[in-house]
Amino acid sequence: MRNDVSYIKRPNRPLQVYAIIFLIVLYTPVLFLPLFSFNDSIYVRFPLKGFTIQWYFELWERAQVWNSLMNSIKVGICVSIASTGLGIFAAKALTNYRLPGRPSIIGFIMLPLVVPGIIFGVALLVLLSQMGVPLSLYTVAIGHMIVCLPFSIATLLPRFEGFDRSIEEASADLGENAWWTFWRVTFPVVYPGVVASLLLSFTISFDEFIMAFFLSGTEPTLPMYIWGQLRFPQEFPSILALSSIILFVSFLLVFIGQWINRDDAYGK
Amino acid sequence: MTDTSTLSETGTPSKGASHLSRYFYKSPLSRGYGLLSPTLLLMTLGIVVPVCILLVMSFWTRQGFGFDTTFTTANYVKAFDQPIYMALMKRSLYVSAWATISTVLLAYPMAYYVAFHVHKNKMMWIVLMTLPFWTSYLLRVFAWKVVLGYEGVINSFLMGMGVIDAPLEFLLYSPTAVIVTLTHAWAAFAILPMYVSLEKIDKSLLEAATDLGDGPIWRFIRITLPLSMPGIISASFLIFIPTTGDYITPALLGGPDGMMIGNLIQLQFGAVNNWPMGASLSIILMLFIASIGLVFLFLTKLARERIS
Repeated sequence: MRNDVSYIKRPNRPLQVYAIIFLIVLYTPVLFLPLFSFNDSIYVRFPLKGFTIQWYFELWERAQVWNSLMNSIKVGICVSIASTGLGIFAAKALTNYRLPGRPSIIGFIMLPLVVPGIIFGVALLVLLSQMGVPLSLYTVAIGHMIVCLPFSIATLLPRFEGFDRSIEEASADLGENAWWTFWRVTFPVVYPGVVASLLLSFTISFDEFIMAFFLSGTEPTLPMYIWGQLRFPQEFPSILALSSIILFVSFLLVFIGQWINRDDAYGK
Repeated sequence: MTDTSTLSETGTPSKGASHLSRYFYKSPLSRGYGLLSPTLLLMTLGIVVPVCILLVMSFWTRQGFGFDTTFTTANYVKAFDQPIYMALMKRSLYVSAWATISTVLLAYPMAYYVAFHVHKNKMMWIVLMTLPFWTSYLLRVFAWKVVLGYEGVINSFLMGMGVIDAPLEFLLYSPTAVIVTLTHAWAAFAILPMYVSLEKIDKSLLEAATDLGDGPIWRFIRITLPLSMPGIISASFLIFIPTTGDYITPALLGGPDGMMIGNLIQLQFGAVNNWPMGASLSIILMLFIASIGLVFLFLTKLARERIS
């Protein structure tokens, strides 16, 4: 018996090599962006010419970049707070109460994870234009809420499911009202999920393109600005610099979120 | 907004202020739905209502700069009659089918490795594998444009090495470029469901198979593969459906030969300015997706039944 167990657990070298190659290939294309962003040439090609940070300086002086960055941050902060807030209520409702139709409710909420974004973007655009609502950052935020909410709920649900309800009941028995019970008992337990949801939904909103593509008016978000610049090959180096910064910050935010929320959500 | 009031009302049952609050306290069902209501309201206003309007508009026609709102199925007839529409639909399904197959094939061994052979720092591996998925999709696709471009990484590298004299033109602007990029972009997402179903497999079953004389290959075919089938099916579902309507990848890397249905829909709302036609195409895409979704549901049910 012991032999068999060790046989199954024996390290599998080919598989290990495959896994490492897989990770390298997963990250390589994205790493070319920072590599060429430091290249002292307007052309994005080998051989590399020389090291420069001029593209980053050039970026710094562009008012449009700062504008769209601020737009994206504004939308991202509002969306992450709103979607995490709604997510907390929804996750609590879905775990604490035996709601009839729970699987279909969850299926409905998770729809935007699966259905191509273009359909919801186009549908919202049609609705807003029929209602005569002008496109603005608000309409972008509505679109982003729909994209982010399923992720928030999916992040928060495991936290609430692993939560021992009896301590909430104890708090209620000791005379705390629901609001204070939430703040003093529930929140400290679920807060890793809340932080993860805030960071994740901010990143998703910040990087989201297709909803913003259909729903933004005259004020572009940062991905919209990048999209507009992609038509001009001479803009490539500064776009590479901008992309590198965005990727770095996104990786950092998501990593922090996943790490804070690590134990329950993925088993071990 | 309604939630906080519901919460505070229900939270003080002993003081029992109004009939309403007592009713809320007594009925956990209404408390539950009360907490859910903002989410459901948002999803209804943001998804159900817009899609209904989209459906209505798909039966209109364009008239100058406005719409002719008399009910007609002309757009649908056009979509099925003129070959361009269905050709793009078919290509979308073809491209995302290949992207799905290659993603699952490439990601499965990775999920298998982490589920069975990683014992330390499992979380680190999972975070590392899934991290790219959360970062900008637009930028990941743009990175592939840099790699595959006419003067991109691969071409300039090969030319620098003297392997080729002129840039390989087939790299960019083809359905293959779209498939490669989609595979890479979704690989991180495909791992999770497969990992979860592999992780759930009872290891004693594998020991039993070994005891009964199965070698590694038979053990895999008879136990691991069938038991991880639900994960494989849901991974395929999670990649196939969203990629069918993808816009960014075919727009940046597809060129005219790699255009997909999403690009055509965008054109109707943009340059072509025929919103009703765009609405019909969106509805047709949704119907395709829904029927494929049903097939996947059926397959999942089948796989679950075979396991139990």
